[in-house]
Amino acid sequence: MSVVAPATDSFLERLPLIMRGWFTGLFPESLRWLAGSLLEIIAILAVFGLLFAFLTLAERKVLGRVQNRPGPNRTGPAGLLQPFADGIKMLTKEDIVPLVADRLLHFLAPVVLVAFSLLTFAVIPYGRHLVALDLDAAVLFFFAAGAGTELSVFMAGWASHNKYSLLAAMRALAQLISYELPLLLSVVPVVMLAGTLSATGIVAAQGGWTAGVIPHWFVLRPWGLAGFAIFVVAALAESNRSPFDLPEAESELIAGHLTEYSGFKYALFFMAEYFGMTALSGMGVTLFLGGWQAPCAFLRFIPSYAWFAVKLFALLLGCIWIRATFPRLRIDQLTRLAWKFLVPLALVNLGTAAFWHLTAGWDGALQIARWALALALVAGPFVLLGRRLSTGIAPRTYRYAAS
Amino acid sequence: MNAVLVIIAFTILASAAVAMSLRNLIHSALLLVANWLGVAAFYLWAGAEFVAFAQVLIYVGAVSMIVLFAMLLTRRARADAAVVPGSIDRAISALAVSGAVAGVLVFAVLQTHLPAVTPPAPAATVRQLGAQLMGPQAAALLVAGVILTVALLGAVILAAKERNSNQDDAP
Repeated sequence: MSVVAPATDSFLERLPLIMRGWFTGLFPESLRWLAGSLLEIIAILAVFGLLFAFLTLAERKVLGRVQNRPGPNRTGPAGLLQPFADGIKMLTKEDIVPLVADRLLHFLAPVVLVAFSLLTFAVIPYGRHLVALDLDAAVLFFFAAGAGTELSVFMAGWASHNKYSLLAAMRALAQLISYELPLLLSVVPVVMLAGTLSATGIVAAQGGWTAGVIPHWFVLRPWGLAGFAIFVVAALAESNRSPFDLPEAESELIAGHLTEYSGFKYALFFMAEYFGMTALSGMGVTLFLGGWQAPCAFLRFIPSYAWFAVKLFALLLGCIWIRATFPRLRIDQLTRLAWKFLVPLALVNLGTAAFWHLTAGWDGALQIARWALALALVAGPFVLLGRRLSTGIAPRTYRYAAS
Repeated sequence: MNAVLVIIAFTILASAAVAMSLRNLIHSALLLVANWLGVAAFYLWAGAEFVAFAQVLIYVGAVSMIVLFAMLLTRRARADAAVVPGSIDRAISALAVSGAVAGVLVFAVLQTHLPAVTPPAPAATVRQLGAQLMGPQAAALLVAGVILTVALLGAVILAAKERNSNQDDAP
């Protein structure tokens, strides 16, 4: 976090810095760095803890509305206290550990998961002066911290000593590993074009407006649009969100690797899932949607963190909307989508980004040609691969069931 | 600064030692992952941010999965996951191999001339690392890529063969 804000920023923009300066000023000089770091940790825990609580409520409300029912509305005004009631219920529930389970790993799995998913929040720039950890390799840190998820899913599945848990954990791992690749590949063009792995650097590279109203966000570039689409699909799969929620498929694998979890450990898994979704959405905002940059030049009077929050909520609501709309995929469809569609598209997108980078000097009529060629490079492979994706598969024949 | 190094070194060595002494293979594998995390912490301590995060991403994220998958897919029964203490022959061969590896490493360390006073290392940025990898070290990078591709193709061929022979066994 930069300590001195330029005086040109508005008061609201500098407010977090002023508050931080006031708080650390309460401590002696030698302890100020510690107080500042603790404050950042507390802020992240408080903000995203509360966001998690109300996100569950928002999800249930929105899903309810989509399905033409009111959703939770009895606890507190308009159901606003529902997340806290759920929290108390989860805390007071009996924690059942199977007799033959590997007790240590059974306990460690949710702890490791939540710890790793909280780490990812450290490097996202929430505002012009709001980033807890401004690393030179922030994007790499983000995805490295996300790698802990796989380990914890394995630990949960194996430690439960239950064949359903183990099978589901293997399936979940296959899914996580498959989608890790398109997720990372979709980020590479951003790093290439921004020329940095630093999250603040990537946001700064998306600054500026054309004619004051069209922002220079990466999603408004041909390669960025394709990259963003791949990123969103892969992020949904990475955070086990519908339509890729096979790991906890209630109907088939009785909640998968979570079968033997109850009480607060189960709640921790869900917390980590929502944390993961929020962090990936935040990274998506940072990488493609301009981070905390305002969409128009004249809207800059609204503080940067408010813009970040608006974009984050838009993405999260999109995730909920997708959950309400699409049916769940089968495991073979899931892996086929990753390996035969998303990975080739992401690789082609690398070429599109390289083309965009090399033609940066084109002007006038050539500028139009640049856009047309880049858009063709995005749309062509999409149509061709999309057509090939289902050839030889459909219509499905059933060998052991009456059709 | 040195206290941190001692803690990191202790974590690395202790996790390795416990991993060797445990009879439960899965626990050993998870301790191996803890060991890799310790190595990543060491890189961070040494100021090599990029290498540390790459270590976590590749070893903790990917290689650990290969190890665990291999373990789960090759063991028939769950009881198999616990290894019985080996015979004397096995202990002797293990000692010989580890002694040879240690000998090579110690020899290499002793042969390297370390400057007495280390100049403050310039903090290599990610950009410099990339330029190095794409420029002078491009050949090594390509060779690594080719080797990995060969391994991947080999795995595909092995997996494809198995499916053909098992087609009649399908329920």
